[in-house]
Amino acid sequence: MLRAAVARVAASRGPVLPFGVGPVDHLLAGGGLDGAGLHEVTGASASWSDDAAATLFAAGIASRFAAAPDVSALWALTRFDLYAPGLEQAGLGPDRVLYAQGRTDKELLALCEDALRDGSLACVVAEVKAADQTATRRLQLAASEGNTPMILYRRYRRYGQCPLADPSLAMTRWRIGTLSSGRLASPGVGRGRWNVELVRQRGGPPFSLELEACDDQGRLALPAATADRAVAPGRTDTVAFGHAA
Amino acid sequence: MPRGGGWRPGARWAQGTHSGEPSLDALPAHQRPTMRELGRRSEAAAPVFRALRSDDGTSGGIAAPLPPLWGLRPTIVVARTGQRDLVTAACAAALDLGLVPGMAAAHARALVSDLDLLDAAPDADRAWLDRLALHAARCWTPTAAVSGTDGLWLDLSGTTHLFGGEERFAARLLGFLRRLGFTARVAIAGTPGAAHALARYGGAGVRILPEGGESEALAPLPLAALRLAPEALAAAARFGIERIADLYPMPRGPLARRLGRGAVERLDQARGFVPEPIVPVVPFDMPEARRSLLEPIGTAEAIEQVIADLLGDLVLALRERSLGVRSLVLRCDRLDMGAQFVTVGTARATRDAKHLLRLFRLRIDRIEPGLGIETMVLAAPQVEALAPEAIAAVLDTARQAPDLAPLVDALAGRAGDAALFRLSAIESDVPERAISRAGPLAQPAGWPVWPRPIRMLARPEALSGVVALLPDHPPRRFAWRGRSYAVVAGDGPERIHGEWWRRPGEMWAVRDYFRVEATSGERFWLFRRGDAITDKTGDLSWYMHGVFG
Repeated sequence: MLRAAVARVAASRGPVLPFGVGPVDHLLAGGGLDGAGLHEVTGASASWSDDAAATLFAAGIASRFAAAPDVSALWALTRFDLYAPGLEQAGLGPDRVLYAQGRTDKELLALCEDALRDGSLACVVAEVKAADQTATRRLQLAASEGNTPMILYRRYRRYGQCPLADPSLAMTRWRIGTLSSGRLASPGVGRGRWNVELVRQRGGPPFSLELEACDDQGRLALPAATADRAVAPGRTDTVAFGHAA
Repeated sequence: MPRGGGWRPGARWAQGTHSGEPSLDALPAHQRPTMRELGRRSEAAAPVFRALRSDDGTSGGIAAPLPPLWGLRPTIVVARTGQRDLVTAACAAALDLGLVPGMAAAHARALVSDLDLLDAAPDADRAWLDRLALHAARCWTPTAAVSGTDGLWLDLSGTTHLFGGEERFAARLLGFLRRLGFTARVAIAGTPGAAHALARYGGAGVRILPEGGESEALAPLPLAALRLAPEALAAAARFGIERIADLYPMPRGPLARRLGRGAVERLDQARGFVPEPIVPVVPFDMPEARRSLLEPIGTAEAIEQVIADLLGDLVLALRERSLGVRSLVLRCDRLDMGAQFVTVGTARATRDAKHLLRLFRLRIDRIEPGLGIETMVLAAPQVEALAPEAIAAVLDTARQAPDLAPLVDALAGRAGDAALFRLSAIESDVPERAISRAGPLAQPAGWPVWPRPIRMLARPEALSGVVALLPDHPPRRFAWRGRSYAVVAGDGPERIHGEWWRRPGEMWAVRDYFRVEATSGERFWLFRRGDAITDKTGDLSWYMHGVFG
């Protein structure tokens, strides 16, 4: 009986996408992101760089969902200020992202629902300012129906008010902020560093980690223990990752 | 002297022609006024209203009819053939002067000095003939074809009674062509060969041959009328055969040996002994399905049902012709004579009725049935060839690339065609110009891998309070949008030169881009105008352009 229930729940979940970073996958329920669920991302503050970090985080996830050849992700937005070469450098090349520009958030969410139900996309990303609980429930249902992951990028509506304060039925809710990166031995700008905070997830604890920004394939990484040394293989689970709260 | 009180002593028109100023031509060159002054002295414009038609209906004064393009002077059409210019056509006046097609252009000019020459445009001629043949196939007869480079064949069997008989049809044809600006000769005969010969060599404007009179009518015509090969014509000239009548008494065996079998066949075809089919042009008619309804309908369900039926009919027709639609127009005729139109477009040619019905379902609410719809017509104004495709590997079910076209159509039906796009690279180093929109099913190219921000300002914003070492260091600190930032690390410069081929103002312009990181981890993309060495490259002002994550 219990096994049947567990199997039914497991069948409703899509393929799981692990981050490839030990601590994150360890703490995520199911060992990664649900491939048929709604995930929310927002910046840690309303500042432009946190916004960009959260966008890159979403782009990295989308590019790893769309890693197979000849599949596309849909990026839906109302105001176009993305810079496509930057997206390509997070692994989401121009041949694997299809943009949809809606006039209002409502129209955008309807577009996303259609796209999710169709099931021919690898991933759907939407940038919205407002999405209430009903909208997130509809998106979650459409995502599980079409077996397509949905990433809802929430922009700040008011300066100090985090958009994740709204109730939502998302599987995971992420908040991304920039941190100052480790200094290089030579003058120059190194790989970015983010504070990746999982505010809420279904069936697991929230946590907060300091990670290195995504590379050209959308993969995150653990920061090296010291400035000049790479992480020793096999010790990734124990080195400096912070406060699982 | 004009009437109406305009007269005053000493007015310029009352003076002699040369009383005021000496003629310009009489002046030495250095005393002549400049062009600028001459322009000011130009005469007043003609009164606007004088050119209009007057109230009593007579034509207004000075508007002259447009001169015809050709025909006033003898005109010939010249085409380059090898090393020589040959006359390919001549107008009636030129023909009267003894200029014939086939002579050298230099010879023609030597014979007639006052001659207009036009360049031959065989492609345009051919296009006109094709259009005329299509028009004939639509309006006059189902079987029409282009004959040679200068004629049309119309199979008039059983159609001329619709136009009042053969004479009246020929007259109508000539009138139609005259209105288009063509002169034409019409011959109606029992065989295509005879009609071809009589139209070109018969001499009369309209020649209608009674049935069975082909042999007799062809007899006095030259051999060239039979469409013989040039070698056959040369051979016939050697044997002294000039007219078609000379061929009639000849035994057929020796004739075929000397002039070739083709000549005998042409002769038999022209006389009607051997059939000669005309390969007709097939005008493209738009795939269309129509349903007239017994009872007027007004509900969405009924409309959807009729659309599904129409799509079923249309898809059958499309499959027969192996076509796919790119756009569909649905016309709903209402009881009150109003018509409602609904249009759907597809990203790729398709004839999937289910998919098309889904597209229409999104728009059924835009149809206003009014008192009821009595007829619905579905037409495909834009179609493309859609042949069956070979599936690469049916057994390899592991990974088939999903087809995005149905999704794109559905989303475009909801948000509009322009809402869906991909971005593609343009070869430009200026960041805001490197991007162009492409279609949603395009396979766009990527960009070079210089570090680029994820979000960019629509137009760069000026920084204030910039402290930077010149010429090639990133700024130490700057202020932007009311906040000051201290820079801890920077990369650069990446120098981007202006594109002088787009705007002359960018001839010397230079932007030096820097990627900087501020104390709390923000990474910005800044640029400075100018390379700090040459003044004209820029004014050394700093701008914010983008942000890295």
